[in-house]
Amino acid sequence: MTNSGYILEMHNIRKEFPGVLALDDVQLTLKKGEVHVLLGENGAGKSTLMKILSGAYSKDSGEIFIDGSLTEIQSPAHAQELGIGIIYQEFNLNPYLSVAENIFLGREPVYFPGIIHWDRLYREAQSILDSLNVNINAKQKVESLGVAMQQMVEVAKALSLKARILIMDEPTASLSNKEIESLFKTIMHLKQQGVAIVYISHRLVEIFEIGDRVTVLRDGKYIGTKPVSQLTREEMIKMMVNRDLDDQIPKVKAEIGEIVLQVDNLNVNNRLKEISFKLRKGEVLGISGLMGAGRTRLAKTLFGDEIITSGRILIDGREVTLKSPRDAINVGIGLVTEDRKSEGLILDLSVKHNISLPNINKFIKGGVLNFKKENAVADEYIGKLKIRTPSRNQNTIYLSGGNQQKVVLSKWLCSDTKIFIFDEPTRGIDVGAKTEIYQLMNRLTANGAAIIMISSEMPEILGMSDRILVMRDGRIAGELSDSEATQEKLMNLALGEPYEAAV
Amino acid sequence: MKQLFNQLNFDQMRQFGTFFGLLALCILFTILSPHFFTTSNLLNVAQQSAIIAVISVGMTFVIITAGIDLSVGSVLAFSGVVMASVLHSGLPIPIGILVGLAVGFSCGLVNGMLVTYGKIPPFIATLGMMSIARGAGLWYTDGRPISGFDDTFRFLANGEIFHIPVPVIIMILVYIAAHFILTRTKMGRYTYAIGGNVDAARLSGINIKLYLNIIYGVAGLLSALAAVMLTARLNSAQPIAGIMYELDAIAATVIGGTSLFGGKGTVIGTLIGALIIGVLRNGLNLLGVSSFIQQIVIGSVIIGAILLDTNLKNSKS
Repeated sequence: MTNSGYILEMHNIRKEFPGVLALDDVQLTLKKGEVHVLLGENGAGKSTLMKILSGAYSKDSGEIFIDGSLTEIQSPAHAQELGIGIIYQEFNLNPYLSVAENIFLGREPVYFPGIIHWDRLYREAQSILDSLNVNINAKQKVESLGVAMQQMVEVAKALSLKARILIMDEPTASLSNKEIESLFKTIMHLKQQGVAIVYISHRLVEIFEIGDRVTVLRDGKYIGTKPVSQLTREEMIKMMVNRDLDDQIPKVKAEIGEIVLQVDNLNVNNRLKEISFKLRKGEVLGISGLMGAGRTRLAKTLFGDEIITSGRILIDGREVTLKSPRDAINVGIGLVTEDRKSEGLILDLSVKHNISLPNINKFIKGGVLNFKKENAVADEYIGKLKIRTPSRNQNTIYLSGGNQQKVVLSKWLCSDTKIFIFDEPTRGIDVGAKTEIYQLMNRLTANGAAIIMISSEMPEILGMSDRILVMRDGRIAGELSDSEATQEKLMNLALGEPYEAAV
Repeated sequence: MKQLFNQLNFDQMRQFGTFFGLLALCILFTILSPHFFTTSNLLNVAQQSAIIAVISVGMTFVIITAGIDLSVGSVLAFSGVVMASVLHSGLPIPIGILVGLAVGFSCGLVNGMLVTYGKIPPFIATLGMMSIARGAGLWYTDGRPISGFDDTFRFLANGEIFHIPVPVIIMILVYIAAHFILTRTKMGRYTYAIGGNVDAARLSGINIKLYLNIIYGVAGLLSALAAVMLTARLNSAQPIAGIMYELDAIAATVIGGTSLFGGKGTVIGTLIGALIIGVLRNGLNLLGVSSFIQQIVIGSVIIGAILLDTNLKNSKS
């Protein structure tokens, strides 16, 4: 059943993580000398698929053929032997070693074991660099190179391992236009040498410029593979997002009241630019966008955890200075962080101690903690939010994701929060608990709270939001009302470029 | 009994383990030496352990925040000689003690500021202070001890109240206060929170810098209190006092179950840890084991306690 025209075939790849089906029957084929674009939203399964290809994860089922023969990729080292190289967004280079040392790290040519053959090391490294047509001296320290050149060192390293399949994960994310141009030249060069490239990027313009074929994934499923030349931008976006929204998100609209939060022309250190918006009582304001668009930074800024360069934040019409999370808590803002394990909870503290932490003064009388009150309040929230825990004294590390999230929520409920910022509120949470979180949000807005909800999940953001802001490159790229928002429009704004031209 | 154990979590079990360890040591030495289990010897152990035990309280707070304080021994010496010079100048005893405590607190505060504002790892900041305070004490005294104090002052070491030596009383008061703070106050809760997860603590509105400064300051203050006790006992303040005390304090804390990774620990455990070290020293002395070999034994106990800790934990999870 194998077609000898392909250097790599991945068939029916399936990978399940506890509670999540990350890949479901996914296909990918690579031809010699092609640039194959892997396209999909955040969390579509691109990274998981590439981790399986590069040996970091093992698949649950499915078949991988390399050069037509069935192959089990055992480990990253095995993947290297098979000629599969991967260049992550975060480079794995030692900045204090030379370019040549980095390229051959752990595989240095030697006279005899233990004694490095420096001449050969530099000569071989230089010849690889020269073959890439890049102007890098093999003896240079990596720290003296810019990002684009460091990336070239990664490419050289992969080639030194005789990579025939090269995976590039958002290679242009931190490059300037000129650097992108030179990267593309290198990619063309690699194509001519017969290297097959898996190219992950969200920049559709680049895909049209450099891609040969594109494979689209959505929610861990294989959507299709087509030649880039046969697709329009709109068709690509449709493939990425065109899912049925028959979901049961139990949104209950609340009465929208007066403005509780107003942000005027907020700038943070070139990371957030000219952000302005208003948030009303009873409203869920969704914030959509790709990873790295600045959504989490905006959340942290509103929570007093970033230094504001310029701009104003008004709460109930009064300007406030938010210099620390404490300031934000005091004006009624609560942040449910993206990563509850590293930022939301103290895992070695009990449920009750986590709940009382942000507003511990409530439980202090004459300088002493009032355990009775603390216990009572903890029990109250365990009951109200149906937190499944053997007791209030259980350390939160032993709770499931959904129940941990409910503990985080209790922290803010207990602190009289009026403005809730949810950053990916249902990430890593099972379906049942998700519904409970949505119902809690409904209850919050019904009681007059306002919610900012950052989410990468389209059904969630479309289902729960009264209004949606789309962020891109630290800016608000657009605003859509509940009725006009569609998956295509959100993705179009998040990706940028032509949409703006069309407007 | 079994049911009781089932209800305990790992950390509580750990504490019981340490306590039984102390008990086992006492039984062992009682069997090996007729002089061990006597009122006078046990009070002697308590008195000898008191100084390390007081320093270990500060160490426990610092280690719970995932920090370390290597400067406690040097700060003890420096605050001791400053206090002694004030006492010798003829000022009232309370003034002298207060000045000594202030010196200790200041040294600790500098540690705290280096860690919080200077963003220096605690290990390095307090290593620097270890050298600075030692040097300051030597320079201040020209390397000579300051000796001879009146009996009122020496009461702090030699006195007894209801037949209990004053140092033991001081130790008990410090432990009661520390236990209360750690379990019953905002400060204590924040100490655990900072050590457990500093990012989550910050995002829960805790002023990390303020509390770390207080904690390092108090660690310095307790070193100075230990200096008062030691100076009174020796009737002399020595610029070379307290060398290697940081190791005993860290050992007591860690044997007592406080995690070097922060977020966990109790002062009760630390007290047991300090007593284990004290009993070991005393018992080995009674058996005529040389002080050289004692060092080997104590080092092995520290490593054994940690080994047991990590491996028990791993096997549990």
